[in-house]
Amino acid sequence: MTSLLAVEGLSAGYGDTVILHGVDIEAERGELAVIIGPNGAGKSTLIKAIFGIVATHGGRVRFDGADITGAAPERLVAMGMAYVPQERNVFPTLTVAENLEMGAFSVRGRLAPLIEAQYALFPELGRRRRQLVGEMSGGQRQMVALARALMTKPKLLLLDEPTAGLSPKVMAEVFGHIQAINRTGIGVLMVEQNARLALEIADRGYVLAAGRNRFSGTGADLLGNRQMAEAFLGG
Amino acid sequence: MDLINLYLIPGVVLGCIYALGAVGLSLIYGVLRFGHFAHGDVMTFGAYVTLSAVALLGLSPFAALPIAMLVTALLAILIDRLFYRPFRDRPTIVVVIASFGVALMLRSLVEIFWGADDRSYETGIRRPVTYFDTLVIAPRHVAIIIAAVALVTVLHVFLTRTRLGKAMRAVSDQPSLARVCGIDLDTVSLWAWVFGGALAAAAGVFLATDTQLNPNMGWNLLLPLFAAAILGGIGKPYGAIVGGLVIGLAEELSSFPLFSERPLVPPDYKTGVAFAIMVVMLLWRPQGLFRGRVFE
Repeated sequence: MTSLLAVEGLSAGYGDTVILHGVDIEAERGELAVIIGPNGAGKSTLIKAIFGIVATHGGRVRFDGADITGAAPERLVAMGMAYVPQERNVFPTLTVAENLEMGAFSVRGRLAPLIEAQYALFPELGRRRRQLVGEMSGGQRQMVALARALMTKPKLLLLDEPTAGLSPKVMAEVFGHIQAINRTGIGVLMVEQNARLALEIADRGYVLAAGRNRFSGTGADLLGNRQMAEAFLGG
Repeated sequence: MDLINLYLIPGVVLGCIYALGAVGLSLIYGVLRFGHFAHGDVMTFGAYVTLSAVALLGLSPFAALPIAMLVTALLAILIDRLFYRPFRDRPTIVVVIASFGVALMLRSLVEIFWGADDRSYETGIRRPVTYFDTLVIAPRHVAIIIAAVALVTVLHVFLTRTRLGKAMRAVSDQPSLARVCGIDLDTVSLWAWVFGGALAAAAGVFLATDTQLNPNMGWNLLLPLFAAAILGGIGKPYGAIVGGLVIGLAEELSSFPLFSERPLVPPDYKTGVAFAIMVVMLLWRPQGLFRGRVFE
C-alpha cells in the first residue's frame, strides 16, 4: 500500500529564488500531518508546490499512487486533493450556501446532499446559510473555507495556517473542526505557526528550516524531543 | 411639482441609463480586471443597430431592443476575442489601451455606416401624459424606467439563481480561489461580455429615445459611467446600479434653482458633477460606497 502523499527531494521557488531545497514528506491515508518551522522556512511554499501553484524545480510528488509533480490545481482537485489558502479563502460577497456551491463547481450531479453534509459537520453554517460570508467572524469564515474545500469529497485536505490571526479560543475551535474532519477519514496536511498546539493533535509532524527537513516523527515524539523543543518550541 | 417633473424624473431616467451602462463596466472589470473604455461606444453601436431595425423592419425602438441587444452582445464577444483576449496575460495597461483603440474604431464604423449627423428614431412630438393632475411624465420615460427595471431584474436572477451567475460573482470576489474551485474564466468572461454588451445596447437605445442618436453619444457618457461604477465599488454590479442612479439624479438635481431663479449648477456643468463625485470618491473611499458590508 503506497502512501496517500509522498514528496521526495522537492525543490521549488519563485522565479530564480529557490525556497525549498530537496524536502521529503509523507502522509498516509486518513492521517493528520503537520508541518511547522520558523517564518521563512518554506512551509507555505511546500503546500503550494504540492498543489501546483508554485513551480517545482526538482524532485517528485506522488499522490494516491500517481505522479503529480507540477500538475495543475484543477487536475489535483479532480483526483481528490483540496486546498485552503491562508488568505482570500472565501468569497466574501457570496452567501455561505453559495460559497459551498462554488466549492463544488467541478462536481457533476446534485449538490444538496453534499451541502447538507457540510451543515451536519458545521451546524453553525447551517444556521447562517443565507448570510454573506464577508459579514462573518474570522472563525466562522475559516469554517466556510474548510466546508468549501470539503465539497469535492477530497482524500487529502491541504491547509495553509488555518488559525492565522485568530484568538486562542477560536483557534482551539478551528483545531477541533480539523480533528473532526480528520476523524471522517480525510487525510490532512497542515502548515501551522502554533507548533505546540498543532503537534498535540498531529499523527505525524515535520519541522522545516531554511527550506530543508530538520526533524520528523510522530507528534508526541517531536513534542518530547528536547533538542527540537529548544530550537523550535521555545524550550 | 417642477422638482419632480423636470428634475427628479429625468434624473431617474438618466440614472437608469447610467446604471445599465455602468453595470456592464463593473461586470467586465470584476471578471477581467480592466476598465473597458470602449463601453460607451458599444452603447452607441447598440443604439444605431436599433435605428436600422426601426428603419428596415418598421418596429418601434422598444420592439427592436432585443435584436439590438443580441447583435451588440455578439459584437462584444467578437471584440473580446479579437482585441482583448490576446493581451490577457499582459499588463492591464495594454488591454486598457486596446479598448481605447476599439472605442475609436467603433465610432468610426458608426460614422461610416450611419453618418455623422444627429438622427432620431421618430419624428414629430409626443405629448407628455399628466397623472394625478400635476404629475407630468413623457410616455418614453415610463417605458425606459419599466424596461430598465425589467433588465436589472433579469440580471439579478442570473447573478443569484444560476450557477454561472454565482461563478461570475465568485470570480469578481477572489479570482485565485475561483480558479482553485475549477471555475473556467473563459466561460465566465464570455457571459460578462454577453450581459455587458446587451445592457450597454439597452442603455444606448434608451439614451437615443430620450434625446437623439449621435456617433459621440456613448463616448460622452464614459465619464459618468465610470463615476457610477466607482461610486458603487468597481467590480460590484449592484453597486454600479445604485451608483448609476445616484450620478443620474445628482446631475439633474444639480441644476434645480434651489436658492434663486438660477440653477444651482449651470446645466452645462452637469458632467462636472459626475466628475466631482468620482474624484471625491477616489480620494475618500476608493473601494466604493458599499465596502462597509464586505471586508477582506
